[in-house]
Amino acid sequence: MFQLKRRTVPEASFDLGNNLLMLLICFLTLYPVWYVIVNSFNDGKDAMLGNLYWWPRVFSLDSYKAVFNSNGIMLAMGVTVAKTVIGTFVHVFFTAMVAYALSNRDLLGRKLYMTLGTITLFFGGGLIPSYLLIRDLGLLDSFWVYILPAAFSFYDLIIFMAFFREIPTALEEAAQIDGANEFKIFMRIIIPVSMPVVATIALFHGVYQWNDYFAGVIYINNSNLQPIQTFLYRIVAESSSNQMVSAMAGSIQKSVTSQSVKLATMVVTTLPIVLVYPFLQKYFVKGMMIGSIKG
Amino acid sequence: MSYTFEINKEEAAKVDAAVETAKKPGNKQTNRRWLRRFYKQRYLQIMALLGVAWIIVFNYVPMYGIIIAFKDYDIIGSISSAPWVGLDNFKEFFEDENLAYVVKNTLGISLLRLIIGFPLPILFAILLNEMRSARLKRGVQTISYLPYFLSWVILGGILSTWLADVGIINQLLLKLHFINEPISFLAEPSYFWAISIISSIWKELGWSAIIYLAAIASISPELHEAAKIDGAGRFQRIRHITLPSIAGTISILFILAVSGLLNSNFDQIMVLRNSLNESASNVIDIYIYQTGLQSARFSYSTAVGLVKSVIALVLLLVSNSVTKKINNTSLF
Repeated sequence: MFQLKRRTVPEASFDLGNNLLMLLICFLTLYPVWYVIVNSFNDGKDAMLGNLYWWPRVFSLDSYKAVFNSNGIMLAMGVTVAKTVIGTFVHVFFTAMVAYALSNRDLLGRKLYMTLGTITLFFGGGLIPSYLLIRDLGLLDSFWVYILPAAFSFYDLIIFMAFFREIPTALEEAAQIDGANEFKIFMRIIIPVSMPVVATIALFHGVYQWNDYFAGVIYINNSNLQPIQTFLYRIVAESSSNQMVSAMAGSIQKSVTSQSVKLATMVVTTLPIVLVYPFLQKYFVKGMMIGSIKG
Repeated sequence: MSYTFEINKEEAAKVDAAVETAKKPGNKQTNRRWLRRFYKQRYLQIMALLGVAWIIVFNYVPMYGIIIAFKDYDIIGSISSAPWVGLDNFKEFFEDENLAYVVKNTLGISLLRLIIGFPLPILFAILLNEMRSARLKRGVQTISYLPYFLSWVILGGILSTWLADVGIINQLLLKLHFINEPISFLAEPSYFWAISIISSIWKELGWSAIIYLAAIASISPELHEAAKIDGAGRFQRIRHITLPSIAGTISILFILAVSGLLNSNFDQIMVLRNSLNESASNVIDIYIYQTGLQSARFSYSTAVGLVKSVIALVLLLVSNSVTKKINNTSLF
């Protein structure tokens, strides 16, 4: 075999510099999150003195106890879990179903349907007309405002269609001969063989549902229906509602401050996503590629 | 080449003509054939039409609602009964004293974000690709995606902790004697643009790099081997092989970035803005939210939104045709 030249000094120093730069980026990415975790596990009063960088100084779980004892936070968490699970299921099922129908080239009116959808990628009604629609549909202060307006996405439809096109038609034809109608084919054959793309879209939409706070801010007045991100938004951005947290915290533990409860809530809110995402990484990288190449 | 093209064109014209005659409504037989075809694919049609119905309700009804921009709509009445006012709402916006700084903030933040934030993921992807250890590379990649999955609300919380008077940034600056008193970063308009741009780069760097990494991975290794044998160094190979190979991807993403120029990351600014930094944080989207939902000036705010949509559409068309001219890639 032809032997390539050994690494030269500039090559080796490039590698060293590059590795160091990458490690620095990793540090800058992780440390802000670590800082929040450290502060949330520290005694709240003590944390106010600052200088808390690497490890809790006075370790305490009181902030977390306050979070888990607070009815408001746990209720908001429940709303978030419900809207993420139901919303993701509805979105993936509905979008995939429409994508499957539209990926059939013989479908009458296919061109019209696709044109109607494509226009929505570039033009929309905007905030106020959408708000008026939601109001007229009677969705204000309703749980379904999280589900129905987000039940479908034309972007995701395009990603689904790119994937469905690669499925060999022989599979469908065999099922058709056995007497299955298209809906059965979709449920029994298409969905099971499309798990990589289903997982990708589910992850994207799940993250969206988990992280969205704005629907809760504009469409929901009933505090029993507000998701955890909206709850946090009110604490973080509208600092006046700090009283809300301190009242809640004060009744439970003396050492807990509104700041430490806020940090603990942030950690609890983020934990599910951080735990799930490394396992789904291979799916979303694949999904991004499907979307970028075919979309 | 041109010969075969002509034949195809002729054949296509024939097919078109046949389709046109079949489509004529007077033709009863073909109508029946269409109905039969429609009935045969009824399950598919139901599935598709449910989607079309959703699109009409949730996308097209709001587009119809845009007409309130030309009306004087009040909360109680219906859209159709509101009186027409022509372009009054638009005139009001263009005469508004807020216009200048709202536009300045929108363009300032977005342009700086584009200029600084667009090339960085490309650079990051290239440097990441140059790492020799596959394990280390994968680890860096996994860590770099992480912030993308945190919501802006969480990030707002992290930032307000970091930038607080007793926060780590102020403590660091005090220790290094750069400042004598803590700075209230989020209360100072002059820091707002920098905070918003740096934090969005922090959040999106790794995620934006995925597409470039995918494009780099699809470059044939033979190209690199051949260049190596010809004696090309690292930087030469990056410049003459990697960069030209991903130029198409870069163009497409650039078109998308330019068309989204007026979308100044609403979620982020909603979380970071407050009444003290308003002069630097009020962007078009925030202005629409404030005048529309907080002050209930529905018609006026819809007019502002429409101006924004039209400019965004123009930006999309312009950037599309420019990149088409430069290196023959375009969205449509």
